[in-house]
Amino acid sequence: MNMAVLKSIRVFFALALAYMVLASFVTNSYYQLIMTLVLIWAIFGLSWNIFSGYTGLVSFGHASFFGIGAFATVLAQIFWGLSPWLMFFISGGIGALAGVLIGFPTFKLRGHYFALSMLAYPLALMYVFQWLGFPEVSIPRVTDNPAAYMQFSDGRIYTLIAMVFLCAVVVLSRAIEASRFGMALIAIKQNEAAAEAAGIDTLRWKLKAIALSGGIAAMAGSLYAVVILVITPQSVFGMLVSAQALTVTMFGGAGTLWGPIIGSAFLIPIAEILHAELGNFLPGIQGVVYGIAIVVLITAAPEGMFWKVRDWLRSGRGETLAASAEETPTATVTPLPARETRDLNPEIVLDVRNMSKNFGGLKAVQDVSFKVNKGMILGIIGPNGAGKTTLFNLLNGFQLPSEGEVYVDGVNMARRKPHELCHAGVGRTFQIMRPFTRMSVRDNVKVGSYVTAKDEAEAEAIADNALRQVGLSHIAHQLAGGLSTKDLRLMELARALAGRPHILLLDETLAGLGKEEAVEVVAVIRRLSASGVTVVIIEHTMHAMVQLVDRFLVLDHGQVVTEGLPQDVTRDARVIEAYLGKKWVANA
Amino acid sequence: MSDFQILIESILQLLITGVLVGALYGMMCVGLAMIFGIMRVINFAQGDFMMLGMYATYFAFGAFGIQAFFGAELGAYVAVIAAAPAMLLFGWIIHRLMIRRVTGTRTAGMEADGHYAQLILTLGIALILQNGAMILFGADLISIRTPLSSEAWAIEPFGESMPVLLFFNKSRVLTALFSAAAIIALWMLIQRTFLGKSLRAAADNAEAATYMGINVDKAHRIAFAIGTAVTAMAGGLLATNYPFSPFVGLEYVIIMYAGVVLGGIGSIIGAFWGGMLIGLIQQFSTLALPTQLQNATIFVCFLLVVMLRPQGLFGRNVERT
Repeated sequence: MNMAVLKSIRVFFALALAYMVLASFVTNSYYQLIMTLVLIWAIFGLSWNIFSGYTGLVSFGHASFFGIGAFATVLAQIFWGLSPWLMFFISGGIGALAGVLIGFPTFKLRGHYFALSMLAYPLALMYVFQWLGFPEVSIPRVTDNPAAYMQFSDGRIYTLIAMVFLCAVVVLSRAIEASRFGMALIAIKQNEAAAEAAGIDTLRWKLKAIALSGGIAAMAGSLYAVVILVITPQSVFGMLVSAQALTVTMFGGAGTLWGPIIGSAFLIPIAEILHAELGNFLPGIQGVVYGIAIVVLITAAPEGMFWKVRDWLRSGRGETLAASAEETPTATVTPLPARETRDLNPEIVLDVRNMSKNFGGLKAVQDVSFKVNKGMILGIIGPNGAGKTTLFNLLNGFQLPSEGEVYVDGVNMARRKPHELCHAGVGRTFQIMRPFTRMSVRDNVKVGSYVTAKDEAEAEAIADNALRQVGLSHIAHQLAGGLSTKDLRLMELARALAGRPHILLLDETLAGLGKEEAVEVVAVIRRLSASGVTVVIIEHTMHAMVQLVDRFLVLDHGQVVTEGLPQDVTRDARVIEAYLGKKWVANA
Repeated sequence: MSDFQILIESILQLLITGVLVGALYGMMCVGLAMIFGIMRVINFAQGDFMMLGMYATYFAFGAFGIQAFFGAELGAYVAVIAAAPAMLLFGWIIHRLMIRRVTGTRTAGMEADGHYAQLILTLGIALILQNGAMILFGADLISIRTPLSSEAWAIEPFGESMPVLLFFNKSRVLTALFSAAAIIALWMLIQRTFLGKSLRAAADNAEAATYMGINVDKAHRIAFAIGTAVTAMAGGLLATNYPFSPFVGLEYVIIMYAGVVLGGIGSIIGAFWGGMLIGLIQQFSTLALPTQLQNATIFVCFLLVVMLRPQGLFGRNVERT
């Protein structure tokens, strides 16, 4: 952990200490309970944040874990006389197991489907527990040595226990944020496909995250049962419990450990005090005011208080977070002078044979074959819909070819998974940029380096080196959200480089760039090529490419139209026809 | 009567009840499909919109002399129609004041396309509606009393040879016919009219629709208002058979989401069949399972379908990546 990590935790510990000092003066048992509940809901929010906040997979069903922990603790004491001290930790194991069991089938789903399916688990569990005959269970009172059963007459002890637990979860969250684990989760959130292309085994990391998150949530539920004494299936599996995790986290801000803490510290006391003060003559006033607070806050700061305040502070300091304006691409079609023809290394690093891909009746790629020499730059061009991106997807394993083989360094890699191709040294960038806007440029690149890096130091060294290669070292610590299109393109290039590929597949890296910017990016790609990296680049415009590539491969309707030296290809009648239509051929 | 005949009778009876209840669920789901399926707005308050529709129908039934003029039988259905414009306006205002801040073109740059923000905003709205309704209307269960809900047509489908007697609850039959008519009308609106076309265009590709001169924000608002009113009407119809309280929405919001996903996100007619299927599953689960587990069956079926056929039973495009 570096200095920044320790510093941010120091702030938290100072606040925690202040909170405990305050708690020690509270003698009213109801306020003591509120102070404990604030911490428990903050922990529950943090557990949700470890999974949903970092991976971006919204779980509407964290009550599953919370409820399982709560029921396990109460039932174990009723039936077997087990102490909650023991069950607190066993609940963690049960929650982690539940996480894996729920996660394994549910991770097949994405987006809305995932979120909604998660909703079904706690509700199904709720009905099961009702049916099992537990409409309401309570912790048996122990008179003989109650402390051994986590029973204390002084409510402040519960606050202390919850605070110790919260501190542990905060330290754990912070450690995750700064580790390869956290980076992998953030990469998944950014772009699952890109993460996989960067060599991350996404299913494994997601399972780890949900197991950890489920374990913590179950422990929070266990503690909740001990503090609140009586639980019902509705009170621990109900939709309001799942909602609570989201509410406190998103009120404060998702994706940061401060989010659930801020949210819980604001919302829980408001709700409880309103309930206590006004609940008698205006039942439900608590819910109304709570609801209004949420609505007002979310319309004013839809990303949560933490991010709002942080962005506001940053903009005050001149670190702009504004999204980069899309620069107008220049519309010139004047061919630039082609680069000089150079002798190619005879070694073939990429050999594509008879590649075809059909989507139903549509032949997206038909019988495409080509060879790439070591260190060369091959440009694949063709109009929109020519099958360029599909071809890349076949090459790096996102899609399975209907027919054909791909030899990388003489080894047939067709039909392998993206992360296997990544480990074989094939890196790629994407047409649509997906930077993680709230992370620094350096951290964005670091995500890509975990493919080969053995530890943090090595990952950082690789990231710095990649940034130097693309010429972004001077802005390494800026937030990615404020970059121009050109710098974003370079950053994505650096991220691909961080996987230390020897073949780079670049998907429309020059798209959306102005003329000078394109020249700058072209220079970077040339430098990479000179350092020994083989480059295959897709573009649908030709002008900047002529300066860059050794050879062109022209695709149209999924087929190879022609292949050859730039100066020959640009004069080829078939190419002009593919681009401009038949009537232009006569004028050319 | 043999065991076989009893089995046939109970299966047919479950089928009838399932279809009748399912038609109503289908209508609720269609309302949500307008908002979630088509506009991709996650609305957690949909169940509470339905609850408001129930109260609106309840008060419309009592007020304006509807009950006195049309009688208790027909009056309830007139009240459902009378409440609809109010709910349409309600949906329009909610969207204008709040929802539009986290949907449509505003979602660019928000995390998860603004779904986080939509979720929490509508949770807030749900809390206000549930608890506000409790303050205004009290927490007691109430219902719209129509004599039809305790009357039934009895039919002997196989004649004398096989004495199987089936009951069609009158109120449920009318309710199902009402919801079928409402859905056909909505389908015509969406397929045939210019308004429907602009809604579909705005849903399909908001950016392209903007360039074609469609006011996407307005299209979203209209869809939201229609979706609110349709679900609220389904609520009003349900209220003729089923006692309700301010917290009734929570139970049904799950059924609605399950129905929309089962039918295939993005398909209006699919959502209707999804809701219908849930009605049937719920009824048939009583054959094998205790009543407490009825709802659990819905969730299990929902999970199975989502995993085996995530595009839903009727949907086509699974994801737009």
